[in-house]
Parts: sequence; structure tokens; C-alpha cells
Amino acid sequence: MKLRFMSIFAAAAMLAACESAPESGATQASTASAPAAAKPSIVPGSEQDFIANVGDRVFFDYDKFALRADAKAGLDKQVAWLKKYPTYKMTIEGHADERGTREYNLALGERRANAVKDYMVGAGIAKDRVKTISYGKERPVALGSNEAAWSQNRRGVTVLGK
Amino acid sequence: MMTNPSFSFLSTGWTLPMLSRLRCAALLAAFAFLALVAIQPAAAEVRIDITRGHMRPLPIAIPDMFGGQPQESQLGKDIARVVAADLERSGLFKPIDQRAFIQNVASLQAGPRFADWKQINAEALVSGKVEIGSDGRMRVEFRLWDVFSEGQMAGQAYTASPSGWRRIAHLVADSIYKRITGEDGYFDTQIVYISESGPKTDRKKRLAIMDQDGENHRYLTAGEDLVLTPRFSPTAREITYMSYFKGIPRVYVLQIDTGRRELLGDFPGMTFAPRFSPDGNKVVLSLAQDGNTELYEMNLMTRQKRRLTNHPAIDTSPSFSPDGSRIVFNSDRGGAQQIYTMDADGGNVARISFGDGRYATPVWSPRGDLIAFTKMKGGEFFIGVMHPDGSGERLLAQGFLVEGPTWAPNGRVLAFWKEGPSDERGRGISSRLYTIDLTGLNERQVLTPQDGSDPAWSPLIP
Repeated sequence: MKLRFMSIFAAAAMLAACESAPESGATQASTASAPAAAKPSIVPGSEQDFIANVGDRVFFDYDKFALRADAKAGLDKQVAWLKKYPTYKMTIEGHADERGTREYNLALGERRANAVKDYMVGAGIAKDRVKTISYGKERPVALGSNEAAWSQNRRGVTVLGK
Repeated sequence: MMTNPSFSFLSTGWTLPMLSRLRCAALLAAFAFLALVAIQPAAAEVRIDITRGHMRPLPIAIPDMFGGQPQESQLGKDIARVVAADLERSGLFKPIDQRAFIQNVASLQAGPRFADWKQINAEALVSGKVEIGSDGRMRVEFRLWDVFSEGQMAGQAYTASPSGWRRIAHLVADSIYKRITGEDGYFDTQIVYISESGPKTDRKKRLAIMDQDGENHRYLTAGEDLVLTPRFSPTAREITYMSYFKGIPRVYVLQIDTGRRELLGDFPGMTFAPRFSPDGNKVVLSLAQDGNTELYEMNLMTRQKRRLTNHPAIDTSPSFSPDGSRIVFNSDRGGAQQIYTMDADGGNVARISFGDGRYATPVWSPRGDLIAFTKMKGGEFFIGVMHPDGSGERLLAQGFLVEGPTWAPNGRVLAFWKEGPSDERGRGISSRLYTIDLTGLNERQVLTPQDGSDPAWSPLIP
């Protein structure tokens, strides 16, 4: 739960970075108003460091599991960080948006998680450091029934563990 | 669980119905394409023709069942109320307001005064009696009358514990439904589903079970683990479902009466989308491993598992034909989600859905004649049916999200769930269970204590 909360925090921070004016979500707006990089408390090599300064997630197109160019760039950053801090293991969560059926989306989420895993392993991360899990459409991070939310929910999230 | 009630036909008056009249000849013509009624009763009696056209629900009088003692009288009232509610919800019957009745319950025991029932335009009449014997057992008898022909259409007696009165009421309703429509009833059934609460980003989900009318609701899990897609075994005493117990998504089988839960098989990845075979000996499911989802069967007797598909695409949502010889499933092997059938051993794969859009969640009708599905097209979701060869597609329901049809055991009513869109703060989310007639008429919400999804209809309770 702690990790999940941090993921949400990170998503809010990323949204703020991409969009000039955060939308109506009051909690998101207030969290995002403090730039993550300015926080003095983030220890290099910590989970917070990974989430705030590297980015723990990549996004997918509708009903696709191929990694986009921006996703590969994000994973390159993740891989560099994970090589620097090799004690971390990780679970890749695969998620889908709400515009699909439940069972198919579980399979799609598993595909996405494995696309991320395969890329990391291909880039030199030891296979036994990486596990995958699919949540299908069960755990969206962005609320709202519109493309802005759906594009945030079609994601692969790297959750660090020991 | 309650003990099984016993029943017997009432020997007196178990006669074939007299002549009445044809209800609506025009509707018969429109009826043929559905091919829903296997045996058509003689056209001249009180009956309901199930058609796609606008049906006029049959006016039926359901007085309280007679009881000599206060407890019997109360049970008679309760049973009549549940029978009337069942029949009304089917959309095929219109129970007449009891305040309009002329003949009273006590005098009805001596036989109907048909003129009194004709006067209030009742076309069918139900009379009944509740007696509690010295052994504490309850005996319920009922008779169904054709008001215009002044004859008895059906009569049965049931014996059960008084606490089983609801089930008796559903059996009476099933008997009336069957006698008048020619179709098997579906009221003595249960629905298992996922009860939902909380924000969409952290939805709490619990297995829950209830009678088909929403009564006798109870939770089967406490909500600590994410649970999805429950389905009944053919005996309705087990449920197979998916749980994220200990954070690992796997298929389980739950014994309803004992609460015993068993992990199904030792699979090297996520298992999901389970469904029992019609004989209850196997569960067919999806295994996702290394980015590929295939169909497997697990034999519950031998514990052997067998791979049924071998394709880099997603293969999921399998459902057996009622004779167990074929499986319908969902695959994106053609580029996007479509519906396919294959032999139960994985051979003879054939795509059956070819319309615009994506097709998902195919479920074979218990009668074998149709496959229900979810369709996605143009940003909307639909519930529809098609024949097993893919012909005759008809869409029955639509919405922002409608998903997951499940068949009533008589194969002519479907349950599914509906979700609405939410705004940026997650307001407005809702997830509700509905039933709809195969004609696309009579869409009804099934009331649940909290939000609901993933309904699965039981077979008739054995």
C-alpha cells in the first residue's frame, strides 16, 4: 500500500511536469505544486529517488503492448538506475484502461508487464531480479472516463522491492 | 443450506387444460425466428407466446395462500408475495392488485368462483394452502387455474421445513412459468457476483451470493483480497473464481457450504477466466506466462492439466457448449478480439464473429442454440447473442460499459453488469447488475447492497 501510494504521488508529479495547469483534482494539485526535485529529503538510491527522479512507469497505446519510443527512453533511465543500485528486485505491474473487458485486460496487462521485463532483461538486468503481475483494469491510477485518464492507466509500473 | 423439499403432483385435477383462446395470433408469426419454444402447448389455452414484439404481460391473480393457523397464514401470504414478484419480474406476467379481488382466500379453498375472477380480468388464477404438520414440516399445495376455460392447469404439493418457504415459492413460480410459457423456469436459482465498494483506484471486491431475486444475500469473502469472475459448478455447490490471495493471481475453487477453498492446479503463471465443464469434472481456464495467454483444462478427478491452445495471441474467456464437445473462447489472433470455437480438445478452431468491432466474453447458452457476448464498437459496449456458427447476431443491451453476460438456466434470460462513466474526481462511478430477456425487452436491475459486477447465474438448484 505504501508503494502504491508513492506511485500515485509520482504520477501526480509527472502529470504536473507535463501539463502547465493540473486539472480539478484538488489533492493532485496540492501534491503536485511542490516540485519533486526540490525536496531535500530524497536520498539517492532510495525508492523515492527512483520514483521522483527516474520515473517508475511507462505508458502504452490502446490495446497495444509494444513499447513506444518514450517508453523505451524511460526504461533506459530505469535500467541505468537499477544497474547502479543492484540490490533492488522489482515487480513490473501491467495495467489496462477501463475500455476493455475484464479477462482480456488481465491478459493484456500481463503482456505489457512482460514487454517491460523483456526490455529490461535485454538491457542487462538479471532475469531473476524481475517479476511480473497483471492487474488488468482493476487498479487505475487516474480517475475519470476520458482519454487523458485512460492514457495514464495503460501503464507498466516498476515497483521496487528487496 | 436448506434441505431439499419434496414435491408431488396433486392427484385431483391434474387434468389437461380446457379450451381457452388464442392470446395473440399476430405475435406467433414474429416468433419463429427465435426458435425458443421447444414444445408449444396447444394454442387454445392460457399461454404466453414469447416473441420479439411487444408483449402484453398475462394478468394473473395470486391471492395469499390459505392457512388455518396464524403461522400458516403468514407463510401463505409470504409465499404468494414471492411468487407474484418472481412472475412479475419476468416481464411475462402482470399480477393483479389483491385489493381488486372479489372472492376471498377462505372460500377459494372450495374452488374458484370463476365469474369473480373474470370480472377483474384475471386470465390465470393461483390458489394454494399451507399446512404445518405435527412433525413441524410444512406442506404447501397450489393449483393454477385457467379462468376463461374454468379448468385446472397445474397442481402440485411440496413438503419442506417452514424456513424453506422462499425456495418453495420459487418452485411454485417455476411451475406456473413453465405451464404457461412452455419454457423451464429459472426462479429457484442463485446468483454469485462481485460486490464492489470504495474508490475506483482501490476498489474493494468481495464474493457474494444471493437468490436470483436478491434475497438471502451473503458475502463469501471478507474483501482482503481482490477477487474476480466467479462461476458456478453444475451442482451450484462450488464456485470457481480468481483471487489475488497473497498477491498472486490464481484460480480457486470454493465449496460454498463448507467455505473450503482450494488453489486450482500448480501453474507457472497467472491463471484466470475459469469455467466448469457441464459435467463438473473439469475447469477450463487461461494461463498467462511470459506474455502469452493460452487455454488449459484442469481435470478435477485426475488433477491432470492439458494445454488446449498454442498460439502467441491472447486466448481467454473459454466456455463449454452444454454437451461438453465444444469450447467457445476469445482470441486476438486475428489482430483484435474476436470469438472462436474449437473442439473440447483444442482441434477445429474456427472464428465465428465477423461484425464491426471487437467481441469478448462469449458464453454458450445452456440450451446450446446461442452464444452471448460483449461487443465493443464506436466507444460503446453492447451485450448480444449469435448462433454458434456466428450467424444471427442481435444486440440486446448497450451502454458506456456493459459486460459479462451470464445465462439463466432456461437460456432465455441473461444477467450482466453495467458501469457508468466517472468524472476526474471519480464521482459518478457505479456498477450494477441487470437482467434482460432474450428479446431485448424487460431490462431490470437486480438490487444489491453495494455495487456489483461479474454476475454468474446458477443452474436450477438440484
